[in-house]
Amino acid sequence: MENVHKEPNYMAVFYWLGVLTIAELVVIYLPISKLVIGALLILLALSKASLVALYYMHLKFEKRTLGIIALTPLIICSLLVFSLLPDLTAVHHRTRAAAPQAVPAEHK
Amino acid sequence: MNEATLTHAHVGVEPAESPLTPESWGKLGMWIFLAGDAMSFGTLLAGYGAIRAGSADWPVPSQVLGIQLTALMTFLLICSSVTMVKALSASKRGDRKAFTKFILMTIAGGTLFLGMQAYEWTHLIYGKHVTFTSNPYGAWLFGTTFFAITGFHGAHVTGGVLYLSVVLLLGLIAGKFSQKNFPNIVEIAALYWHFVDLVWILVFTFVYLI
Repeated sequence: MENVHKEPNYMAVFYWLGVLTIAELVVIYLPISKLVIGALLILLALSKASLVALYYMHLKFEKRTLGIIALTPLIICSLLVFSLLPDLTAVHHRTRAAAPQAVPAEHK
Repeated sequence: MNEATLTHAHVGVEPAESPLTPESWGKLGMWIFLAGDAMSFGTLLAGYGAIRAGSADWPVPSQVLGIQLTALMTFLLICSSVTMVKALSASKRGDRKAFTKFILMTIAGGTLFLGMQAYEWTHLIYGKHVTFTSNPYGAWLFGTTFFAITGFHGAHVTGGVLYLSVVLLLGLIAGKFSQKNFPNIVEIAALYWHFVDLVWILVFTFVYLI
């Protein structure tokens, strides 16, 4: 049995993806807080990913259960970020070896 | 239980049609594979976020990595997704010439992407001395996570280029293009290719822009 549906306007999706990519490049230079820039970038990336999944991967025209299967990794990985949060906030460390300290004169 | 009862008791026999993807079981299989693969990428990105958030001397990615080149690579993958859907449409129409043209363009886009990634890595390793284990800009794990994530994605692009090449050969040399289920084969390959594009969109944002 064929999953027959009207072919989406692929070029319109392409233009939107192009516009959103340019928007991402503009956003990183905006004179606003890094937190807001990060949130905007994640929003733009998720919009682009949704466009690809919905129209190029035809998820919009598939059964709802398939959409739930596709969304599961996003939900689980978002939960993973939250489960890692206690580790992130507990120790704020340098992940690079400290520069060698000067040897005191009396030890020379 | 007599023979007639046995004939009607098809317990354990898989139905002919997939419940979620009536076109084929293969398509459902690819979706499930992609969900699992997305978990791999998601875990890598979550781990990256955890290491980065816990580091006091993480370099600003956009100052170390070339954003312009990567934006071009992103655009290239988006273009290859368009040519892929065009190839799928052509296979559904039975237009062999258009199918060949668009799938070749997709393969070329993927190959060019890999070439650009090889250039980027070479520039980072030999020009900026960013390696898997160290770098002069800050946290050493910056290089580790960068090469692990982009390398994992690059391996997927390589797999995609090979996969699409096999589909092209199946269609043209093995004579499967005119078979009824060939658009299905193309669609399953297209799902993989679009996934590679989708993941890059997220990698570009999390590893390069933020």
